[in-house]
This record gives sequence, structure tokens and C-alpha cells, in this order.
Amino acid sequence: MKSSLIDQVGVEERVARFNTRSIKKQSKVEGLKIAISMIDLTTLEGKDTEGKVRQLCYKAQHLHVDMPGVPTAAAVCVYPTFVKLAKKELGNSGVKVASVATAFPSGQSTLAVKIADTKFAVESGADEVDMVISRGEFLSGNYNFVFDEISEIKAACGPARLKVILETGELATLDNVRRASEIAMRAGADFIKTSTGKIQPAATQPVTLVMLEAIRDYYYETGIMIGMKPAGGISTAKVALQYLVMVRETLGNAWLNNHWFRFGASSLANDILMQLAKESSGVYQGGDYFSKD
Amino acid sequence: MTTKTKSSAKPKLDFTSGWGYAPAPESSEHIKLEKRYGHFINGQFVKPSGGKYFPTINPSTEKQISEVALGDARDIDKAVKAARSAYEKVWKKMPGSERGKYLYRVARIIQERARELSVIESMDGGKSIRESRDIDIPLAAAHFFYYAGWADKLEYAFPNRKVEPVGVAGQIIPWNFPLLMAAWKIAPALACGNTVVLKPAETTPLTAMKLAEIFRDAGLPPGVVNIVNGDGRAGAALVNHPGIDKVAFTGSTDVGKIIQKAIAGTKKKATLELGGKAANIIFEDAAIDQAVEGIINGIFFNQGHVCCAGSRLFVQESVADLVIRKLKDRMQTLIVGDPMDKNTDIGAINSKEQLEKINDYLKIGVEEGAEMWQSGCAIPKNGYYCRPTIFLHVSQSHRIVQEEIFGPVLAIQTFRTVDEVIEKANNTPFGLSAGVWTDKGSKIFNLTNKLRAGVIWANTYNKFDPTSPFGGYKESGFGREGGLHGLMPYVNLK
Repeated sequence: MKSSLIDQVGVEERVARFNTRSIKKQSKVEGLKIAISMIDLTTLEGKDTEGKVRQLCYKAQHLHVDMPGVPTAAAVCVYPTFVKLAKKELGNSGVKVASVATAFPSGQSTLAVKIADTKFAVESGADEVDMVISRGEFLSGNYNFVFDEISEIKAACGPARLKVILETGELATLDNVRRASEIAMRAGADFIKTSTGKIQPAATQPVTLVMLEAIRDYYYETGIMIGMKPAGGISTAKVALQYLVMVRETLGNAWLNNHWFRFGASSLANDILMQLAKESSGVYQGGDYFSKD
Repeated sequence: MTTKTKSSAKPKLDFTSGWGYAPAPESSEHIKLEKRYGHFINGQFVKPSGGKYFPTINPSTEKQISEVALGDARDIDKAVKAARSAYEKVWKKMPGSERGKYLYRVARIIQERARELSVIESMDGGKSIRESRDIDIPLAAAHFFYYAGWADKLEYAFPNRKVEPVGVAGQIIPWNFPLLMAAWKIAPALACGNTVVLKPAETTPLTAMKLAEIFRDAGLPPGVVNIVNGDGRAGAALVNHPGIDKVAFTGSTDVGKIIQKAIAGTKKKATLELGGKAANIIFEDAAIDQAVEGIINGIFFNQGHVCCAGSRLFVQESVADLVIRKLKDRMQTLIVGDPMDKNTDIGAINSKEQLEKINDYLKIGVEEGAEMWQSGCAIPKNGYYCRPTIFLHVSQSHRIVQEEIFGPVLAIQTFRTVDEVIEKANNTPFGLSAGVWTDKGSKIFNLTNKLRAGVIWANTYNKFDPTSPFGGYKESGFGREGGLHGLMPYVNLK
């Protein structure tokens, strides 16, 4: 498969240009509301408990009780064992349950285990599955292996939407990011996602731009829309708006909603809330006015 | 649940509806401008001998900002005499290290007053505040810093030679980068020990007047730099004045030819930086998305008012459809409008006259049978604006391919082989710049050796740096500005 070439210097220049866009007043408020509705509130730790997941689910539905008109988060993202609980807690709120699967975060296991992991998550009620690709196989050039694995997991997802995590922090070059994006989309991904959040660097703007351009080129070719999810490291409202600018000027407005774009983040929501509060009251409130979980 | 949408029509991206950017105008309240400006001669702001002034217009509002003196031969004569006197009595005798101190001081004051200068540049010339703030003004300061460093190191620039200044330099600058062009010309001249008479362009004199204030505030000795406002007649008087030793001109090829005739047979040295019609060449093995960005930057930077603009695009046939599709989508995201808005990508055309010239070329292109396409962006009702424009299905023999338009207008041709594109790229009377886009290093070296242009960018475009020489082949002029080469026109070597 022939993949498009990427020039890193050019990508970084383009990103710098997006970041000079000045987002003020009404367009800032609107942008922040769009951004907050795109958040996948995430907890993916060994120490996760039912109590923690329950708290996160409540937060996702009630981001800030004092502020009218704030949307809910897009989804709650948990390990498969907590899917059933999250599904129950979220009820018919419209907030989706996303589950990581396929031996997250390393992906170092057999296909049978990964399929079982995926099926367990879907059967427990996951609306969305976040899988990881086998980076070792990718880096050793076994692209067919990576492609086949994604197709198998897609089949195991049934009706659930599949997000394919490329773990770009381990792919080393933007050319690799582009190639992995193309493999994932052609193998059946509904979303492509930058990172697990366990590897540094996680989401960056250059990586996200390359993935957005891959999505656009796939759309040019097939008419099929693919979603995008940068995850990890996006913690401020300002940076979130810069991502929205990038989406707006690369893919256009059809992607500017939580069906097609997500932020994988945990602390971003509170920074956006703080900015929204500042826009309406004129002053910044202390961090303790915004609930952590 | 179905998560994929399929449409039978060609998939189209929507860049118009939905979330957009609110206006984010840069304030001009802090700007102080006089109602009228005279000339800056012998360290003083003086009235014109003829007593005549002409208005300078803000091209984005069509309103008068100020008025400036209409200089004539008498003003030029005073300025040249002041420059000669300062040269003989002060500047040529001053040690290089002392001259350098003045230049460093000027550079620092430009940095300190960067916000003011960029706002005035955008008001007077129509360029977007993003460009004047991020490119014009920082680069102008950088040129003074760079040449300040050479002032006491000329004997290292020219080893084993005795370096002498040339004398009085007459410098005429264009309206597309007013302050930056003044810096390009003045900084190397002063560093080498010459004195200067500068004539700014008639549509953009204001930052030159601010620069005069900066020279005064920096304590530059009177007469070292003199600035005479006016139109082409003042320029002609300067070129023809027997008291100058060197002419430095940036502007059109037509005027360049007149200057060359005028100084033939005199002792005057000259450097001319003239027009261009650069080839920007995209190969199939280029990083396409970044190349598209380079096309945009190449032709729409500064409304296309750039002598080295990449105004002829050559795309390899195998990727032409894809490149043009991406280019059109990218053009839909360009914001044309108020130069003072921080989100504006393309500001106002510099003058009514220039807008009319561009519009004439659009008509010519259509009449010649080329297919014109413009982005669908809104443009303001008042002011001089032109939508970003591309012409498809053009050939070498079209006038829009052969002549410099100096606006946001791109002529696109396709090619099949390397030899073919080299031949076409060189088939122009101009030779200022070119761009090559390929991931293959060997191809870059092959092209840069065979393209007849003074500046060739590879996988980038419109990059400027004071350390890098800039200048043309053929009818794009001669002599180099910037870098070590930029010292040569301002020295006599023994």
C-alpha cells in the first residue's frame, strides 16, 4: 500500500499557524461548549474501583450544576470490568460508555485473548471499544498483521463503534502515523485515536493534524467519514480550542461535534468550566469550585 | 446503528457553516500620527521646497490617514548635500565599532516600538497585522542587528583587502514591505560607512517617517540618513543627481531599465531588485499537504505583492487533480478582510491603482480562455480587496503566465517529466526565485543547479533571513541584498 509522505517541518509550521487564530468572546464561549461536549472522561488505572467509576459517571452527566446550558460529556471511558456498572449509572443520559480492550495498553497478547476481551466489553454494554494496535508488528513492517487484527476486532465489536489507538508516541515518525492511520481506516476503524495516555508523548498537535489529513483524504476517496480522538496531555481550554481550529480548517464543520471528534482527557473539563465561568462572571473562580470527579 | 455515511456525489467539505471566529481587531488607539509629514533631512523634519503635499490612504477603508510632502529636485539636492557632508565629516571617519553601536540602538528601538510599527504598516499598506507583526517588523529589526555585527568586522568579510565605503547611496524602495525594504537598504549601507538618501514608496511613506524618528531618537548623526518623500519624479531626481555614488532600487523591471539607462556612463554603482514570475514546482513524490501549504504561502503571502511570489505553479500530472482539490479546499479557509483583525490571512490590496491592474489581469486570463476559480469568501464592501484566485488550463503563452501580476493570482500548469518542467520554469524573462517540492534529495540538487533563479527554496517557500543573500537573474535584476553578499554593493575594495 502506497502511503502519503509527510514533511515534519511543514506540519509544525502549519500547526503554529493554527495557533495564531484568536478566539474571543462569543466564538470562545461556543467553542468551549463544543469542546466540553466532546470529552471522553477517562479513568484507566490499576487502582480503579466501583466507587471511582460511579463518581466519574455522575460527573459526566452533571459537569457543573451551577452553570445552565453546559452539555454532558460525550462518554465515560473505563476498563471492561467496569462497563456494566458504568452502563447502569449512565442510564439513558445519552453519555456513552467506552471501554478499552485488546490487552490495553500494550496490546501484547494473543488474538484470541483480544477478541474475548472485546466481546466481554461489548456484551457488558459498551457503546464504543478503544483498541490498541500491535506497535511491535507495525514497526517490524508486518502491516498485514496489524490490518488483519483490526478487522478481527471490528468484527467482534458488532454494533459498537471501534476506536483504533495508534499509540503515536511509540511510532516515532509522522510518516508512520500516516501509514498506521490509513491501515486502521481501511481495516474498519470508526475512529482513529492517538494514544493510550500511558506513553509520552501522548496527543500532540502535529500528530493530530497528520491524522486529520489522513481522515480527509480517506473521505475524498470513499465518502466515508471517520472520527478522530486525540487522547492524553490535553488539559487546558486554550489548547482544546486550538484543536478545534485544526479540525475546522482541515475537515470542516461536519466533524465539529462529538459524533466525529472526541478528546480523551480527565482534567480538561474543569479548565473549560473555569473559562466558561470567567466569560460569564468576568473573574476566575478558585479551583475548588469545580468538582474533581 | 450505522456509523458511516456514504454519499453518491463527490464528497465535499464544509468550511462555511457552524462555528466561526469572532472579530479580533488589533487596537490602533495608541498610534500617534501627524496630520502631515515633510522630509527628514540633516536630522530635521523639514517642509518641502515646493510646499506641496499628497494624501496617504488606508487601502482597507479608502480614508486618508495623513499627508506627506511631494518632494522635488530641490529637496533631493538638499538631502544629497546633507548626506555628503555627514559622509565626509563624520560617518566615513567613524570607527566601525562606533557605527555598529548606532545600528544596534536602532534595532533595539524597532523592537521596542514593534507593536506601533506593525499597526502603522497594516494601516498604511493594507497587509494583515499577523504578517506585519510576525514577519515585517521582526525581520526589519533582525537586518539592523545582523549588519550592526558586520560594522567592525569588514576586514574579516573581505580578507587581505582594504575596505572603503562607496559614498552617498541613493535608495528607492517599494510599497510591498515598506519598513523591511528600508532596513534591507539602510542597514548594510551604514554598516559599511556610507550615508543614505532614501525615497519611500508614495503609497506607504508612514513607517519610513517613524523610522526617521527612531534615527533621531537613537542619536544618529544628522545627515547620515535622509528621507525624501514623493513620487517617481523625486526618485528620478535622486537617480540623476551627480552627488550620489550608488543607486539601490527595488521595484518594477520597467523602472529598473530606466534607471540603468540613466546611470549608464556615470561613476554610479547600482543594484536592482526587480520583478519576478517564480515557478513553484510540485513533484508527485512531494509531501502533498505540506506542498499545498507552500503554494498558499507562495502566492497569497502579502496579498501576492511579493516580487519572489510563487505565481506560476507547476504540478506533475499524476498528482494534479489531488493537489488542485486540496488547494481549493485550503483556499476556502482563507480569511480575507480587515488587515487589523488578527485572524485575517489576506488583507487589502495596496492601492486602487494596483487593484485595477490585478482586475485587468483577471479579465485578460478569462479572455485568453483560462478557467478562473476564486474562493467563496466574503470580502468587505469598502476598501480594495481581491479574492484569492487560481487559473487552470493555462499555457506558457498566456499573458497571465508571462507577466508579473503582483496580486493573489496563481496560474497553474501541469508537467510530465523533470526536463520538461525545468525548460518551462526557465522560459521567462525573470529569474528571481523558485520553489521545488519533493521528498527526494537528489531531485532537489538537480533542480537547484538547473533553474535560473537567484533564490531557490526546497520544500518551503518565502523564507527570509538577514544572513541569506537575495537577488535575481536576468530581468529580475542584479546585486545581492542580505548576508555577506549584501555588503559588496556598499564597499570599494583595494
